[in-house]
Amino acid sequence: MTPDQIFQLLIAGVTIGSIYALIALGFVVIYNVTGVINLAQGEFAMLGALIAITLTSETPLFHRAFVVNLNLPLIIAIALATLLVMGVGALMYLIVIRWARTDSVIIQIIITIGISIALRGIALIAWGTDPFRLSEFSEGPPIQIGNAVLTRQDLWVIGSAFVLMLLLYLFFQRTFIGVSLRACAVNRVAARLMGINVSHMMLLAFALSAGIGALAGIVIAPKTFMGYDTGTYLGLKGFVAAIAIGGLSDERGAIIGGLLLGVLEILAAGLISSGYKDAIAFLVLIAVLFVQTTGILQRGAKREAAGV
Amino acid sequence: MLARYPNLIAFSALTIILALLPLALGNNYQISVLNFIGLNTILTVGLALLMGYAGQVSLGHAVFYGLGGYGAGILAQRTGLPPFATIVGAAIITGLIALLLGIPLLRLRGHYLAVATLGLNVIFLLIATNETDLTGGPNGLAMPTELALGGFTFDTDLKFYFLIWLVTLALLALSLNIVNSRIGRAFRAIHSSEIAAETLGVNTARLKLQVLVLSSMYASIAGSLYAYWIGIVSPSDFSINFSIELVVMVAIGGLASVWGAIFGAAAVTLLIELLRNFLPHLLRGASGEQQIIAFGILLVLIMVLMPEGLTTGTLKYIRKWREKNQVNSQP
Repeated sequence: MTPDQIFQLLIAGVTIGSIYALIALGFVVIYNVTGVINLAQGEFAMLGALIAITLTSETPLFHRAFVVNLNLPLIIAIALATLLVMGVGALMYLIVIRWARTDSVIIQIIITIGISIALRGIALIAWGTDPFRLSEFSEGPPIQIGNAVLTRQDLWVIGSAFVLMLLLYLFFQRTFIGVSLRACAVNRVAARLMGINVSHMMLLAFALSAGIGALAGIVIAPKTFMGYDTGTYLGLKGFVAAIAIGGLSDERGAIIGGLLLGVLEILAAGLISSGYKDAIAFLVLIAVLFVQTTGILQRGAKREAAGV
Repeated sequence: MLARYPNLIAFSALTIILALLPLALGNNYQISVLNFIGLNTILTVGLALLMGYAGQVSLGHAVFYGLGGYGAGILAQRTGLPPFATIVGAAIITGLIALLLGIPLLRLRGHYLAVATLGLNVIFLLIATNETDLTGGPNGLAMPTELALGGFTFDTDLKFYFLIWLVTLALLALSLNIVNSRIGRAFRAIHSSEIAAETLGVNTARLKLQVLVLSSMYASIAGSLYAYWIGIVSPSDFSINFSIELVVMVAIGGLASVWGAIFGAAAVTLLIELLRNFLPHLLRGASGEQQIIAFGILLVLIMVLMPEGLTTGTLKYIRKWREKNQVNSQP
């Protein structure tokens, strides 16, 4: 294996890793604000991608009962798809999560799994079992870096993930609503006492996470086929990325976890065996948890110890 | 006097009903649904001990079911042991694997344990799919022999019905005894407060490990029976979805309840079958696909409205309704 090839694998790893990082961020935002582990996170990515594909190209729906042929410009389709999925996230909170008053982690997990099953079922009925692909965002030859190539879509994926993370950082640090969200993450009771409407913040967290997930699904859609069941694995990888480094409550940990996971996975597939590519995430996770039972950064442990 | 032994009465009633049920149900389809309920009961009773009594989440219980299925098949294929010995052998191997995995795994708590067990399931599926020489890969592993004891061969659904439910009842009796013993009380203590149990002298780590091994061996026996009954095992039989279905069965039955586990296994198995068979008739043009949405929605509804499970939940609602009526009827 030459250095060029390694570099090529690194590019592929960072590309897919950015997607894992975004999905992991979605997990962290919801977990921090609401305390819920949302295992329907991957389904947001799937829905975002499939809706964007439907809006931009001719797509048969409901067993060819009707064909959507809107051919909207890409940027409008992305905006619409993201907003729609944010609506799905908000509805998920309003219809289900708000009413589920339980402290049991098992019950919470089962509820979000139930929602993910229902969302997958709806996608199955609407789009069928065929996978779809979004056209590339911009045409043109790939970019040469030494002997490695970077496709334009790779650049779009990495670039938009970076911009989105930057925007989220500014949102959480510099805006009033962002700071209120962070206050809920630190201590919900204290936040309520300070006059923050915690229920609104939870609604916002679900919508925001759904939006992040949808965008992640949309930007990766030109690189991989998207079908009704693609979201499940994306969600699981995002979950692992979120939990392994940051223990589910640290945004930076989620981003680092996502990127590391993407790189490790692609390197392992390239250097060892592609059959076990999907096992890498979990092998790494289990190895990490054996050494440090609450994720490497350990903030989760501190939160639990503080009884928050 | 009989009222002092509610478990004994319930157990005898169940045995009589099960013995008579095949007379009422004629066709093979109904018998095979009952067989699945039996297998799922073995799995959920074991999982209920782990989740409800020892308080440990497992989103990868299908791994132990799979180890039982593949274990019996591989042992029969490679060693020529008699079929029933392969079932015992697979259960022992599964128990040992659970012991080795459990030592590091059970240090984890809550969602860390959930994701780690989920991961084990993914890894198990990849091994079953990729190690073609051992497992037959995606096509599955055909069982080399039929299940036979002496001159008697288990070759019909009905014969398996009696075998599966005999094993189910035996394991059920064992679980009821464990739950009502000193160990069972220690389990419940761990579930309500691990720290309190520890200070009272319960060796929580060791007990949790014991219950994991026991529960894995239950699953392994169910897996071996499944393999001999169906005649072939493939990776898709042991999917993450199945692990989740098992957790759902336990949750619907009410976490810490052996009887609830049977109810949950029966309810979820029947629900999935009903949705698969009747949804196409109810909704014009609906195909089997729609069952998964209905399953998802029902799951969410039950868990939101009755987080303590269907049995306890329904009783609670009835009690509330009665109290309300009593209050209203007072002048």
